Amino acid sequence: MSGSVLFDAPGPRARRRILIANILGVVAVLALLAWVVKVLADFGQLDAAKWSSFAQSGTWENYLLPGLVNTLKSAAIAIIASLVFGLVFGMGRLAQNKLVNGVSSVIVEFFRAVPVLLMMIFFWIFFGRMGIVPSGDAPFVAVVLALTLYNGSVVAELVRSGVHGLPKGQREAGIAIGLTRGQSLRLIEIPQALVAMMPALLGQFVVILKDSALGAIINYNELLFSGRLVGTGNANVFQALVVVAAIFILINFALTYLAQWVSTRVARRRAKASATEDDGSDDIGLVMPEGPGITTPRK
Amino acid sequence: MDAYLSLWETYGGQMLSTFWTNLQLTFWAAIASFLLGTLLALMRISPVPSLRWAGAAYVNIFRNTPLTIILTFGVLVLFGVFRVTLASDFNLNFFRIAIIGLTIYHAAFFCEAIRSGVNTVPLGQAEAARAIGLSFLPAARIVILPQAFRGAIAPIGNVLIALIKNSTVATAGSVAEISGTMKVMMEFRPDVGIPIFLTVAVFFVIVVLPVGMLTTYLSKKLAVAR
Repeated sequence: MSGSVLFDAPGPRARRRILIANILGVVAVLALLAWVVKVLADFGQLDAAKWSSFAQSGTWENYLLPGLVNTLKSAAIAIIASLVFGLVFGMGRLAQNKLVNGVSSVIVEFFRAVPVLLMMIFFWIFFGRMGIVPSGDAPFVAVVLALTLYNGSVVAELVRSGVHGLPKGQREAGIAIGLTRGQSLRLIEIPQALVAMMPALLGQFVVILKDSALGAIINYNELLFSGRLVGTGNANVFQALVVVAAIFILINFALTYLAQWVSTRVARRRAKASATEDDGSDDIGLVMPEGPGITTPRK
Repeated sequence: MDAYLSLWETYGGQMLSTFWTNLQLTFWAAIASFLLGTLLALMRISPVPSLRWAGAAYVNIFRNTPLTIILTFGVLVLFGVFRVTLASDFNLNFFRIAIIGLTIYHAAFFCEAIRSGVNTVPLGQAEAARAIGLSFLPAARIVILPQAFRGAIAPIGNVLIALIKNSTVATAGSVAEISGTMKVMMEFRPDVGIPIFLTVAVFFVIVVLPVGMLTTYLSKKLAVAR
């Protein structure tokens, strides 16, 4: 799509130029890779001994797999909790009642503006010191809570923009058959908005999974934390971080592909439902909500 | 109240100076990652397959890597293993390595933001540019990118806000910044834990909200009328 904006079928001269640029590009990429490999080899980072600890089952059984389980555990709980949080406060922001609306707005805007890491450090030390949770569980609770508050607020905005994106006729029809505004919101608008926001929602799950790695900073023994232990224990930090990053990238790739697949499904569904409605299914629209931070409601 | 005021006496200066570090990290990383992101976006929309592929590979890899890993990598690997030294001063070295880490990560998001702006430029603009004889780079520079940047202000603003908040993760790269200060304060004064958190949080709200409002305003004001 974006590729076709700037050029179309090139003529013979342009084709030759593109071919030359292409070859130069390949050479540049290969040269960069060769340089990286050379530096790695010079520092002895490609030696088999540096990598061998990842061929041992002990490394995986005692460190990486438990770490991965903890990462997935915190991410999964945070995903479910932020969905609930997002639905509650998203509906709060759509409420007629000024008080409910105002309180929801302040909460959502506040938690979107505060760095997740600050919340994690706060909950970690506060809960640990106050004895609200056993100090061993404090990092886990802090990770889940911080991820939930931030991402729940983003989901709340997704809910709000999803409902705003619906045709006005939906609510009018709901009211015409005698539903109250609240009933029409719950029974008619939210279910449709949820379908429309599915791709952005899956993108937000990628953010949750990535941000769960912040837990390593507050000593939650997730994947990055255990990877660092492996690396410092075997003097192969570089290799350990590469393996950990690769695991994160693979899981996120899978989620991103799922999001793209769902996005095309949703687009097709909505195109069938109405030809005039803005389907909002361009792949770029999908990219932004999975960005590193705040998403604005798309109108 | 007295407890809170004594907190400011003890830690006030440290809070402000470390928050200033966050703003500096944001400033340099924003400039560098915007430039790198523009280059990547150009690569991704160019007619040259190898450059398109390289740009897409970069974005897909770094967008899916946790920032914490990248910044940990900076201190444990770039400095710890490869002895990268960008400054003779220890702290300045970590500061600069952290800027590189933040840049590498956020360039991928700036690239996608700019590319989303390119998608708002109608096909006719590119066709018109070609019709008057401009080739790819002149067409991009004179016709496409100026409109694309104007269409991309809102997403660029979102990435900028994320960058401001993500500067706290530089603590994983051994930079003395505000989240580290907050941790120290929380450990020594848990009695005023909630006020400490709210104070530091307000620092960010004060910076983030105006940036959000400004980019929303600019994105409306500068929107290309079509």
